[in-house]
Amino acid sequence: MAFLELSNLEKVFGTNRVVTDFTMGIEKGEFVSLLGPSGCGKTTVLRMVAGFETPTSGAIRIDGQDVTGQRTNQRAIGMMFQAYALFPNMTVADNVGFGLKVKGVPREERKDRVAEMLRLIGLPDLGSRFPFQLSGGQQQRVALARALAPRPRVLLLDEPLSALDAKVRVSLRNEIRDIQRELGITAIFVTHDQEEAMSISDRIVVMNGGIAEQVGAPFEIYNNPRTRFVAGFVGTLNMLSATVEDPAERMLTLAGQRVVLARGEIATPRGETVTLALRPEAIHLGRAEGCEVALPATVEEVHFLGSVIRIRARVAGTVVALDTFNRPDQPPPPPGSAAEISFAARDVILLAD
Amino acid sequence: MTRFLAWTAFLLGVLYFILPLIGMTEFSLKMRRGEYSFDAYRAVFGDPRFWETFSYSLTLAAATIVFGVLLVVPTAYWVRLKLPQARPIIEFITLLPLVIPAIVIVFGYIRLYNTSSILPLTGSALGTDILLTMGYATLALPYMYRAVDTGLRTIDVATLTEAAQSLGAGWFTILARIILPNVLVAVLSGAFLTLAIVIGEFTMAALLNRPAFGPFMQLLGANRAYEPPALAVIAFAITWGCMGLIQLVTRFSKHERAKV
Repeated sequence: MAFLELSNLEKVFGTNRVVTDFTMGIEKGEFVSLLGPSGCGKTTVLRMVAGFETPTSGAIRIDGQDVTGQRTNQRAIGMMFQAYALFPNMTVADNVGFGLKVKGVPREERKDRVAEMLRLIGLPDLGSRFPFQLSGGQQQRVALARALAPRPRVLLLDEPLSALDAKVRVSLRNEIRDIQRELGITAIFVTHDQEEAMSISDRIVVMNGGIAEQVGAPFEIYNNPRTRFVAGFVGTLNMLSATVEDPAERMLTLAGQRVVLARGEIATPRGETVTLALRPEAIHLGRAEGCEVALPATVEEVHFLGSVIRIRARVAGTVVALDTFNRPDQPPPPPGSAAEISFAARDVILLAD
Repeated sequence: MTRFLAWTAFLLGVLYFILPLIGMTEFSLKMRRGEYSFDAYRAVFGDPRFWETFSYSLTLAAATIVFGVLLVVPTAYWVRLKLPQARPIIEFITLLPLVIPAIVIVFGYIRLYNTSSILPLTGSALGTDILLTMGYATLALPYMYRAVDTGLRTIDVATLTEAAQSLGAGWFTILARIILPNVLVAVLSGAFLTLAIVIGEFTMAALLNRPAFGPFMQLLGANRAYEPPALAVIAFAITWGCMGLIQLVTRFSKHERAKV
């Protein structure tokens, strides 16, 4: 049994079913991200774990204990909010020590723990300041220290980085991950930012319409998306239509060329159309070594992004995006020019609808 | 031109409010023929009834404030947190004391709580004091509720509550240690307004026959010439003192400066 068990969770608001049959187990010390667009139910799942929402059905177990009916303040969880939620009337030290005071921890012990937490977040000298005297990044660090101080069983992070600027966001997410690893605490992180989720998670749950579409490690989610939604939501993806020629042999026809897929099961009968997906980095300009499929294309747009050049080219009536590394000795083709693109059959992802 | 008109309007407004006060203050200093003196003030302060009624009203004001805070803060908090759809109804109810005259309210009280009723509050001095406190709390409700509600608007009530809950706090701790300190200035504003209302209130205290400051002012005004304006100046000074205290509290409350 996993440390945190979410079994068949459902949440209905009026006639609106927000979460449907959500089941997963999270191991102790694991960092799991709930990723999805707005309204997909990720925050509702987190709020049910926190106890702010009562599941319509299903159960939540922490360390073998059923907490489904327990109030939030009895669950021993720590939470970080998007809006920091530091208590404005208290100093940083009082904020961090609040949970300990509520628990009845003696003053001396509390003082030591607060100092330890402030050292952990790199703000050992700011204990006497008020929240309004801190920057956004500092406030969120204090919120992290406050959530961790009472030694919660699970740390819940509700889009804690969304209100911060890009640079602080990247540094703070790494800090959160380092601290989580150091303390070995189980964490659930809610975000709609796929890069954020992929960079810090052990596993990602991609949610859509209240359903967990796919659960897996970031590498797995990115390289083997199981549904069209996951493929489209995580990273950029090119979709191409192909006709099934021999399902048993995984043989397809794409723009008049025969393609034999290296993986995936084709359940579609011969003569029907299937959707293939390719990441921009899997498509090469020109005929690259090891690429069995080569198609004629017309360059439509060229975007210089520094180390990478993103080219948009029309292939068999569809516009595809491909990324190439910038090389000073190989300038990109001008828009409107004819080119050839190639890719390996092993990189082709067969999407289930 | 616009600037000139604005200043003219402002000055006219100032004169409209200040002139009667100056006139009243000047008159209160003219008790001694031919020279200014504080004789009227001395007479007021020398009257034992002044101190008796003033301390009585002050005590009842304190009781009203405590009752008002205990009633309004949790109510306004709960409405904001859990029943936002009930806000218009609550606002309507809190506005009723402005529409219903105090005399109607007090007659209602006398009818409901007289000596032959189930709860004969008017049968004893303590009971009548309790009734009067409830009446004052009703009169102060529009001001107290609005002050607290405005204070709650300046903080993220829902998130702060959830943050406190996630740290193990129960409802009492959340209200006492998170919500109340963060709306303290608003609560104090409501409290000082309540004090000002209670100190000057006449109808309820007179009809319930209690020795409050309002009926004493009326009694003095009916029988003397110079003492009533002196008393009015004192009453104004108390009110303005309360307002000054609100400002002072706001200024000295460190975290409140962040909201400015």
